[in-house]
Parts: sequence; C-alpha cells; structure tokens
Amino acid sequence: MAGERNRNKGMRLSKLYSFKCLKPFSKEDHHSQIGSRGYSRVVFCNDPDNPEALNLNYRGNYVSTTKYTAANFVPKSLFEQFRRVANIYFLVVAFVSFSPLAPYTAPSVLAPLLFVIGATMVKEGVEDLRRRRQDVEANNRRVLVFGKNEGTFGETKWKNLRVGDVVKVHKDEYFPADLLLLSSSYEDGVCYVETMNLDGETNLKLKHALEITSESDYDQEEFRGGVIKCEDPNEHLYSFVGTLHYKGQQYPLSPQQILLRDSKLRNTDYIYGVVVFTGHDTKVMQNATDPPSKRSKIERKMDKIVYVLFSILIVIAFTGSVFFGIITRRDVTDDGKKLRRWYVRPDVTSVFYDPHRAVLASFFHFLTALMLYGYLIPISLYVSIEVVKVLQSVFINQDQEMYHEETDRPARARTSNLNEELGQVDTILSDKTGTLTCNSMEFVKCSIGGTAYGRGMTEVEVALRKQKGVMTPQEEIKESSTKSVKGFNFWDERIVNGRWIDQPNAELIQKFFRVLAICHTAIPDVDGETGEISYEAESPDEAAFVIASRELGFEFFARSQSNISLHEIDHVTGEKVDRVYELLHVLEFSSSRKRMSVIVRNPENRLLLLSKGADSVMFERLAKHGRQFERETKEHIKRYAEAGLRTLVITYREVDEEEYRIWEEEFLNAKTLVTEDRDALIDAAADKIEKDLILLGSTAVEDKLQKGVPDCIEKLSQAGVKIWVLTGDKTETAINIGYACSLLREGMKKILITLDSPDIETLEKQGDKDAVAKASFQSIKKQLREGMSQTAAAAATNDPANENVQMFGLVIDGKSLTFALDKKLEKEFLELTSRCSSVICCRSSPKQKALVTRLVKSGTGRTTLAIGDGANDVGMLQEADIGVGISGAEGMQAVMASDFAIAQFRFLERLLLVHGHWCYRRIAMMICYFFYKNLAFGFTLFWYEAYASFSGKPAYNDWYMSCYNVFFTSLPVIALGVFDQDVSARLCLKYPLLYQEGVQNILFSWERILGWMSNGIISSMIVFFLTIHTLDSQAFRKDGQVADYSVLGVTMYSSVVWTVNCQMAISINYFTWIQHCFIWGSIGFWYLFLVVYGSLPPTFSTTAFQVFVETSAPSPICWLTLVLVTFSALLPYFTYRAFQIKFRPMYHDIIVEQRRTERPESGTRTTSIVSGELPVQVEFTLHHLKANLSRRDSWN
Amino acid sequence: MMEVDGSNTSMNRAPPPPPQSSSLRSSRSKVLYQFKQQKLPACKPVLTPTSVITVFMLMGFVFIPIGFVTLRASRDAIEIVDRYDVECIPEEYRTNKLSYITDSSISKNCTRYLKVQKHMKAPIFIYYQLDNYYQNHRRYVKSRSDQQLLHGREYSHTSACEPEESSNDGLPIVPCGLIAWSMFNDTFTFAQLKVSRNNIAWKSDREHKFGKDVYPFNFQNGSLVGGAKLDPKVPLSDQEDFIVWMRAAALLSFRKLYGRIEEDLEPGSVVVVNLFNNYNTYSFSGQKKLILSTSSWLGGRNDFLGITYIVVGASSIVISIIFILLHLKNPRPYGDNSWNKKSLSS
Repeated sequence: MAGERNRNKGMRLSKLYSFKCLKPFSKEDHHSQIGSRGYSRVVFCNDPDNPEALNLNYRGNYVSTTKYTAANFVPKSLFEQFRRVANIYFLVVAFVSFSPLAPYTAPSVLAPLLFVIGATMVKEGVEDLRRRRQDVEANNRRVLVFGKNEGTFGETKWKNLRVGDVVKVHKDEYFPADLLLLSSSYEDGVCYVETMNLDGETNLKLKHALEITSESDYDQEEFRGGVIKCEDPNEHLYSFVGTLHYKGQQYPLSPQQILLRDSKLRNTDYIYGVVVFTGHDTKVMQNATDPPSKRSKIERKMDKIVYVLFSILIVIAFTGSVFFGIITRRDVTDDGKKLRRWYVRPDVTSVFYDPHRAVLASFFHFLTALMLYGYLIPISLYVSIEVVKVLQSVFINQDQEMYHEETDRPARARTSNLNEELGQVDTILSDKTGTLTCNSMEFVKCSIGGTAYGRGMTEVEVALRKQKGVMTPQEEIKESSTKSVKGFNFWDERIVNGRWIDQPNAELIQKFFRVLAICHTAIPDVDGETGEISYEAESPDEAAFVIASRELGFEFFARSQSNISLHEIDHVTGEKVDRVYELLHVLEFSSSRKRMSVIVRNPENRLLLLSKGADSVMFERLAKHGRQFERETKEHIKRYAEAGLRTLVITYREVDEEEYRIWEEEFLNAKTLVTEDRDALIDAAADKIEKDLILLGSTAVEDKLQKGVPDCIEKLSQAGVKIWVLTGDKTETAINIGYACSLLREGMKKILITLDSPDIETLEKQGDKDAVAKASFQSIKKQLREGMSQTAAAAATNDPANENVQMFGLVIDGKSLTFALDKKLEKEFLELTSRCSSVICCRSSPKQKALVTRLVKSGTGRTTLAIGDGANDVGMLQEADIGVGISGAEGMQAVMASDFAIAQFRFLERLLLVHGHWCYRRIAMMICYFFYKNLAFGFTLFWYEAYASFSGKPAYNDWYMSCYNVFFTSLPVIALGVFDQDVSARLCLKYPLLYQEGVQNILFSWERILGWMSNGIISSMIVFFLTIHTLDSQAFRKDGQVADYSVLGVTMYSSVVWTVNCQMAISINYFTWIQHCFIWGSIGFWYLFLVVYGSLPPTFSTTAFQVFVETSAPSPICWLTLVLVTFSALLPYFTYRAFQIKFRPMYHDIIVEQRRTERPESGTRTTSIVSGELPVQVEFTLHHLKANLSRRDSWN
Repeated sequence: MMEVDGSNTSMNRAPPPPPQSSSLRSSRSKVLYQFKQQKLPACKPVLTPTSVITVFMLMGFVFIPIGFVTLRASRDAIEIVDRYDVECIPEEYRTNKLSYITDSSISKNCTRYLKVQKHMKAPIFIYYQLDNYYQNHRRYVKSRSDQQLLHGREYSHTSACEPEESSNDGLPIVPCGLIAWSMFNDTFTFAQLKVSRNNIAWKSDREHKFGKDVYPFNFQNGSLVGGAKLDPKVPLSDQEDFIVWMRAAALLSFRKLYGRIEEDLEPGSVVVVNLFNNYNTYSFSGQKKLILSTSSWLGGRNDFLGITYIVVGASSIVISIIFILLHLKNPRPYGDNSWNKKSLSS
C-alpha cells in the first residue's frame, strides 16, 4: 500500500513537473530524467519476483471500468442522484415526513421518491453490469507467459499478469498490457499492429524491436537481466520515453517498441514482449476519461425555472404560515381565558398549534407547507426527460434516412443530452477534408519538370462551369480510361502504359515517380494467389501516390525495416527490373513540418534524400540550381488549387557521404534523447538535411465532394444557419470548394482577408518579426474595417423587407486568423462574420479551429455545432456546443470525441432540420407542460388551504397525490416528448425556415414558459372554485346525502386529472394510437386506481373507502361538475390558441395549414397557381422571423 | 377540427418491402417500421376557422340547455332555512351569548315555527348547518382512530387522538379524539310529524368503519365536556348521528343530515320544531341553521351549477361571434402557397 501511495504522489508531482519553468534545463545529461519524478518506473524484465520489483508494488493487470462496485453501488449512486437540487428537496421532505410536521403520511411521500430514484438506479445498475461483464471477459482472457511451466511459456489469465512478465502473443490476439516488443516471428523484429480500438484507425502500423533483443528466440533462451527505466503511466498514446539496460549497455526506447493494450497483432505470427504497464497504468486505460459532459441550453434554463418554482413555493408557503399564525393566535382570546375554536382544543396542544407560541407554530407550519405544496416541483421531471431523451436517441439511431448503406453505418447519438440542442444550432463549423469531401484521394494530375500532365476534369471544374453556364453535357463523359482503379483517375496518353519512356524528359519522370514510390510509410499487402498488391497507408494521399506510381510502372511491393523494393521499368531499356533501396531514415510527416522525407541508398550506392511537402515550406528549401521549373510549377500549382485539388511538391537531392555521416550522428543523438523536447530536437535535425532540394514537380490529388453536400448546405443556409468552413487548404482551393458546395454563390459578395500583400512580403524578407507582426495587425484591422463598411452599406441600402438582400461571404486565411483572433480585433472580426452568411477559414491549424469555435461560442452566445472527421477536429468538436463526427474513413477519433456521429455530411440536414427541430420542440413543450400540470395541481391545494384556515390539511387523500406525477400524468408527457410532431419530416425539410423557431428559441422563451405557468394557475382556480361551489353544502344526490371531504377531494382530483390530460390532448399536434392510449389510459387508470384503492379495508384506504363506487359515481352532479370544470378550465387556452392561430400564427401553424389545403390538390401541386397577394398575417410572421434573423445577423 | 391523416402524407415514402412470409407478420413489421421511422398513421388536429367556430358554437349549444335543465332541477328542490343561533337566545343574553351557552343551569329549550311556502314532497330531509366551523382543520381531522372505531377498546394505538385519548385516570376513551368529543348536540323534535332518524349515514360507514360490538366507553367523562354524549349501550355502528358527524366536512360551512320527514308538507302549513340549543358556536361566531329540504334528481337546491353552465355556454357563443366578426373583417385565404415561394427566393 505504501508503495502505491508513493507512486501516486510521484504521479501528481509529475504533472506539476511538466511546467517547463520548473524543469532543470540540461542538454547533455538527458538521462538524468530517468529515475526522477515522472520518469521513475523501473521494470525488472522476466523477474517479477525480484525483491526490488516486489517492493515497487505496481498495480496488477486487473481492470475494472465500472462506475460502482457491489459495495459502493447503493451509496454512490444515491449520492449521484442527490446532486440534483430537486431531489435533495424531496429527500428532506421524505425525512421530515416521519415527523408530526408532515401533512400526509410518510409512505405516500416516500413511494414516488423511491420509484423515481429506484428507476434511475436500476438504469445505472444495468449499464454498469454490462461494463462489468466486459471487464470480466477481458480479465479472464488467456495469454502465454514465461515461467508458468518451468522455463517455458504457459497459459495464464490476463488479470494475473505482472509488470516484468515476458509474454508471447500470437497473430490476431490482443495485447494484454502495454508491452515492450522484444522480438517477433520476423527476423528483423518487426510486427504489424492494428490500433482500431485505440484510435479507430484501420491501417496497420509497423513496430520494430531493438536490434539487441530482436535476434533471439525466447522459446529457446530466457530473456534475463534486462531492466527498463521509463516514464510513469500517462495518457499520451504516441509518446514513450525510456531506456533498456541490458547486458551492460543502455538502449533508448521509443514508441516504436511499445505495443499498447487493446491493439491487435496482425500479419505477424507471434511476438515476444515484456510487460511494462499493467491494468489501469496502461495508456489506453489512462486515456479512458469521460469526454467533457455538455448540457443543453434548455436544460440549463430549466434549472432556472425550477428555481422560479421554488420561489413560488416559498412565497405561498410563507403566505400560508402568516395566515396560519394569525388564525392560530386568535384561537385563544386576548385575556387567555376563552377559547374561540374550542373543538380543536387550543388549550391542550402541541407546539405546532399553540396559540401562545403562534410565531413558532407558524414557523413549523411553514415547513409543513413546504412539503404540502411540494407538488409544484415536478419530482418526475428529470427522470421523464431522461427517458424521453434516450428514446429520442433511439429514433435518431433508427432513422433509415440517415443510414449509410455502403459503409453500413447508421447515425448514432452518442449522448442523449443534446438532442434538443440540435434544434437550436446557429452556426455550423465544418471541417472540409473528409467532411464535405469523401477523403478518398484520387491522383488526377501532376506537373513534372514544368510540364502538366493529366487530362481529367475535376468536380470543382465541372461545378464552376455549370455556374458560369458554359457546361456542355458531353464533357462529363470520361475519356477512354482503360480500367478503373480506386485512388487513380489519371489519364494522359503521353505517359500511361509505359509510354513515358519516349518522352523527352523521361529521366525526370522516372525520378518523380521514384520519389512517389519510395517516400512514404505505406505497407504493401501482396495477395498470395493473384499476386496483386494493395497498400495500407496512413493517409489516403499516400495511398494515391503509391497506387499512381504502381500504375505508371514503379510498383512498390515489399518493405522491410531497412529496405524498400520496387519493380521498375528502366527508361533506357524499357525492361522490368527489381530494384532494392536501402532505407536509412524516415523523417516523418507532421502538421508543423508539413513535409516528409526519406533518406535511401540506391542500388548504385548513392545517397538520396527524397522529399515531398506543401508548397509553402518546400519552395524556400530549394537549391539555387534546383529552381529550374519553379515558375511553371508554381503556375501549375495555382491552377490545380483553383480546380480544388490538393497539391504536394516533389523534390530530391543527392547527399554526399561525409555530410550524411555528420548529420546522422546528430540526428541519432536527438533520437535517443529521453527528454520532453526530443521531438523539437529531431525536427531541428531533420531541418538541417532537408535543404538545397531540387524541384521535380508537383502532384495533384482530388478529394471528391461527398454526395449531396451542396444541397445540404443550401438547405441549411435557407434555414438561417450560418456555415463556417475551417480547412487547412490553400485559399484558392478553399474558395473553389466553397463554390462547388454552394457555400459561396454567384452574386454573393466576397470579402477576402489575407496577408499576402507585397508590403508584408518584403517586410518578411527583411526578417524583422516585430515589424511584420505590427504591419500584419494593422493590415488586418484595415481589412476588417473595410469589410464592415461594405456590409454596413449593403445593410443600409437594403430595405429589410426586400427579398434580395445582398449576401456576403468571408474568406480569411490562417495567418490573418491569428491576428483576427487577437483580443483587440476579436470583436470586430466576430461582428463582421456575423454579417456574412458564410465564412471560410483556410490554412487553419487544429488549434485555430478550436479557438475559432470557442470564439464563436462565447462571442455570440449562440449554439455552435462543429462537424469533422479526423483527429485534428477533436479540439473543435469538444469545444463546440455540439460535436458531430463523421464516421468515415479517417479513423474514429472524431467520432469518439463527438456527441453525434453520422456517416455522411448530407445527413446533417435531416439531423438538424428534422430531428433537431422535433426534439427541441418536444422537449420545450414537455417542460412547459410539466410545469403547467404541476402548477394546476399544486395550486388547488393552496386554494383549499385558504378554506381550511391554512392548517395544512391537503384537499386530497395522500395516495391520490403521490400517484399524481408518476401514474396519472407522466405517460402522456413522455409520449409528447417522444412522438409529437408539429409537421412531418417531409415538411420540415421543405420549409427549412421553420428551423428558426428553435434558433430564436421561440418555443421556450420566458413569455411562453410564464404563459404556461399562468395557464396552470388559472386552471387550478377554475377547477377549485367551480368545484367547491357546485358541491356546496346542499345535498349532492337524490337520497339527501351531502358532499363531505372525501367526495369533494375525489371530484376535484378527477377534474384535475381530466383537465391536465385533455390539455395535453388539445396541445399536441400528432395523435397516433400511442397518444390515445396514454392520454385516455391515464384517465382510465385513475378510475381503476380509485376503485381498487377504494375497495381496500377502510383502515388503509381511509377517506377513499368505497368513495367512487358508493358515493360519487351514482351522483349526476359529480359528473356534471366534471364536464363543466374540464371544459371551463380548457377554455382560456383554447380561446387563446384559436385566436393566435388565426391572427398571429406561428410559422409551423402556417405550414400545418398549408399542408391541409394542399392535399386535395396534391395531384396538381406542381402546377398550383400562385395567388397574388401575400396574406397579411403570414407576411407579418415571415417578416418577423426574418427581421429577427437579419437583426441578429447584422447587429449581433 | 380533427382530420385523419392516414396513408397520404405520413407514408409518402414506401417502406422497404418486408419479408412476405405471411400477411400478419408483414403487417406487424410494417407497423414496427412506421413506428421506428416515426411515420405512424396519425390524426393531426388543425384549428381552422371553421373548426374553431364549430367547437365554440357546439359548446354553447350543448352547455346552455344543460344549464337550464340543471337549473330547473335545482329549483325543483324546495328548501326551508331557519337560522336559530341568535333567535334561540333569550333577549337578556344576547350581549353575552357565550355565558348563556356555557351555563349548564339555564334551560336551552327553544321552539321554532317554520312556514311551508310550497308543496314539499316526502321525503323531506332535515339538516343542521354549521358555518365558520373548521371540520377540515388538520389537527381536528387527524384526531380520530379508525382502528379503535372498528375494533374497540382493545386497540390501544390511539396517540392521534390526543388530547382526547384517555381520561385522567388512564382509562381509554371510546370513541377517542376531537371529532367524537366535539359531536354536535343540539336536538330537534318535530311535533305531529313522522320523522325517521335511520339510514342517515352511508351504508359502507355503518358496515365497515364502525364496529358492531364497539360500545362507547368513558366518553365525555373528562373535566371538559365537548358535545353530545353517546348511549354506552348502543354499538357505534348503530349510532347514526355519530357516524354522520364523524364524516368530516370539506369546507367551513357544511350541512349534516339529521333525519327525514316521511310525509308531505302542504303550502301554508307550519312545522313546529322543539330544539335544545346546546352546541357552542358562539365562541367562534359560527351560525347554526336548521334546514328542511326536498331533493331533485340532482340533489338539493343550488343554482350555481346551472348558472355556470349557462354562463360558460353563452360566453363560448360570444367568443365564436367575436371570432366570426374578426374573421370576416380580416379574411385570410387558407392554403396560400405564395408566401413560401417568396421566402425561398430570399
């Protein structure tokens, strides 16, 4: 135990340690960190019983992901429950109900509370049980571990693994813990790993063991004496810092040697590994933190309403106690001799009714009243909402029209918290690649040595031509492409089918494609039977390159740790030869470097650096003599970008041995470092050799737009949703994609904010960074101002009633964005963007994406939705109010961080306009109705108190009341929340402006909430006063009997049940058999309850004994009262609604009406005649909606 | 107002062909599909002007007749109300009624003459009415023991009955509690009239709530005597006065059934009532009334229900008229498509 505590302490301090200022900076002594805080782990390989190892007392490999254990389930889940204010209130009430203060019996208070809490706890329990079952399954998986059987490998369960064990894992098995790879079935110690469960990426990753360990077969000889010193457990999946002390030497370890738990061994027969991290210390478990939980705006507002209700509760309880105090004091005359209401014996009484201590009595009465009027607070509200949201999510998941057949992926609501938030989205921030586009790259064009190749037309070009109206339909037909290869859409008669060797620049072409065939990290997968080769690549671009080079005669077919083998066509002889390149180093791609290189030794024993990268970083690295085709290539790149293509610059250089030797030493030094700035040092080292490059040309791959994207964007912008595209692409590409997906339209005014002006470029060349920053700042400021004045001018000239409002599109690049996001310009930027209907931010980094999202969210205070598909969108998704992940090709990281996952961008339209709108409407209605029904009920109690000298006697039997929320009124509300539709899905999509009801929060405005609340109070008054006056003191039946307490209670309660359920019936818009069943069923259930409860012995049923059967059912006056009261209580709302629909219709009312009149002429709908004048009211509503919209847009 | 919107709009997209094994299964899977896709055939009520006017008019035309019928029924019940709490106090005590009522040495005898205005058909119900009397006070209502009423002395958990749980010598009181203790004790005798005092309590009360072998015990023996005394020889289930009193009233002004006159009363005749004015309502300024009333099919006389029906009915007709007028003044064609086109073009 002590060891564990120490370790934890170390961990916590290690977090502090990561503040750089505290770190002792030592460049030469980089091993010093090992053994220090944060880097204190010591693993004795294959020696877990070593006393020192035992002393360390690392955690076992047992994993538990459950929230609760059997022992703490009850207290912990109860605690979770009572974190809600309302539930605490009910708990306190439940406790107090055992005291004489309670206005009703304790069981009747406890029962609904237990029901509600119990239901939630059962749900929690079932979920946890499912997790537990998975845990048990994982913990009891078997693995081969060394030492179980006297010097050989034997089976053991995963949970019994200890740090330091040597294990053997076979093909297609999962790794039981984080392992250090010792060796594999391959001679050079490589293995392939699938990390689907970690990051969702399906491509295989190559790992390789240290040379020193990779040569032995550990079935034969035992691995002994190794000690690993490494970092403490942390959550960074892609980093590992450590050293292996083995045979008197130290070997640096990198993530390349680490096999993570929950990833799978593929394409490799077996591996040996040492357990480094077990159980909860493994990286995947350290990562398993819950994503930030988001709450919807409606729910936050609901909390406020609950507080309003609490205040009402306190006010009426206080009023009641004041009156009670006054009346109680008067029970004894001032001289103290005579008793007024002698029948309650004020002379012999407890403190609760003591006239002499009336203040105290009224204080206690206040507590009683708090309980009595507790029905104002809907106990089942939270539970009902939760149930409703889960069911709504089920409907979202089930929706056939958001199901993508090709990938077999339905839409998935990963959290049910945010359903209604989907109906209020104001701004969508979208990633481009993989979200708007398919992210399946096709090699379409290239420019080699200043000559452009490739004759295909891209979608963007087609779209642009269409918009310009010069489209000739025949152009679309593909040229005689021989066969269709995925990722390859290239046709040029000059170079396909090996004809490139006849080109004058054949040598350059050869070099160009060699670079493409060698400079990558893809892994070939040769089909054993057909001999066909497919590739596993980390990015689709790379796959496209490898495929392109294969198609053109440079077939990459094998990779080992040190070699890359190609089938090549020799350009001189034209024969096919195999060439093997010795792979010396891979300088990996990263988003900051924006390039990748390899250093190889070719068969002629010459050292080559092959490099590809973004034009922004590559051109500055060219050698003086390597700029031969710079002008033409730049020109081509610009053209490609305009056609919406992604370009990469291809370069190479020869490196002489001496330079390489010096560089390698430095590079290896950096690589073996175990400090935190290792990556920076490696980058710096790589920088040194990636220079003086010779330009070969550039590639252009097309990322096709996803199906239906333009239509979806069009619909969304009709719905008044603003769309921002945040992309890493070049400005031209982004603009053209913007046109292609109708984000920018013809006739839209484009505002371009950029820093690509000559002055700043010259300043940059001078290298004065401060001056550049200052000039940039000023330039952005100026451009923002200009944009503002343009939009303001347009707003001034445009009459808001005018239909053709000038629309603006804003395009801003990443560099400018950094300045625009500056605190000083933030506001102006935001205001400008809010006046533009679409915004494109190009060349933005993942961090900027998240920043922009935060800015929009906090700046406008409106709901933002971020949509993206890749790891670079995770920040943005988590930052936004709603994160939507595209479950496409690029891994699952975005999906894991998202709240909703859909397969295609176009499903967003349905998700927002249909499901979002419905869910918003349903939840808003549901909450309003909840408050209505509880006020309608709770206030009858209050009115009755006024007739019972505020003594605290409720008007109804205890059990009627406690069943109110749970049994007689809850199911219809749930049906409302799950099924109600104002208009059908088809109409939601047909009239996208309807979505504005959610964005402007019309259905959950304070007016509406308070309106419903007052409706509840009015209903309660009508119910109460009509009932007590009809059932006055006279006989209420022919046999002369008079109505007593029990009859009045039953009649009034029946009226309430009828009223609130019928109110539901007239306020919903959608009646299926489910609604009928629930609404009338609830009323029926009340009578059933009354009969059953009334037939119980009178000592239990008390005032309800036989009351319905014997007393009130045979009395016509009770029924007449019921009819009268119900209709009268509904009359105010119905009148309001009737007039409102007629004279101030809401948008959905108009559509409903529309639909109704449309149907008879549905056959001729297409040719329906447009009648001239717009009706006044419709125009008013429309105008109103739009005015709101434009006001928001322009003067946010 | 409602219209059934079945196959037309809600199912405009055909479901994928379900497996055609049997028609029953396919229809069930069709329903399941519609359910999952939220396309169940539904009735979508629409408030068109026609339906609004129809609803209001209909409500008016149904409610007003009901109102007249109930009003008629209420008027059919004939009622004689006699407030006697003041009249039955001799002039000299009028300024200090409390001393009169609490002084047990003074005779409380009083005679009332009730004049019959209209023909009253038997049975004529006799009620006493108390006003400003809080039988619904929480302390009061709770102060009883249903178990004891049913099972008698043996049942000892009667703490709710405090302070009328047991007498000073520790003997339990049956029936215990404030309600029983404060039982109404004015008595009325009707000369020359056939009066029945049976069957005035609810049948279920007599049979299930009050024990057949539970006899009053130690009742009204305390220092302070509340109201009526009970005959210790008669079981509680037969003491109907008591049972009636024990059924608490809902409001502060209530009537309780006292008995029935089993013969008709002719107009102009006078009913002579000898009463003992024992019950103290003077300390809390409550009124006491004696009521003779016949009943119609609807019960006793109360115009409120009928009038309210008429008022609600009339007001809904008024609303519909206002609606029609506004509608005529401001007509709006329904099913106008034009607005939509315009909004799309923006």
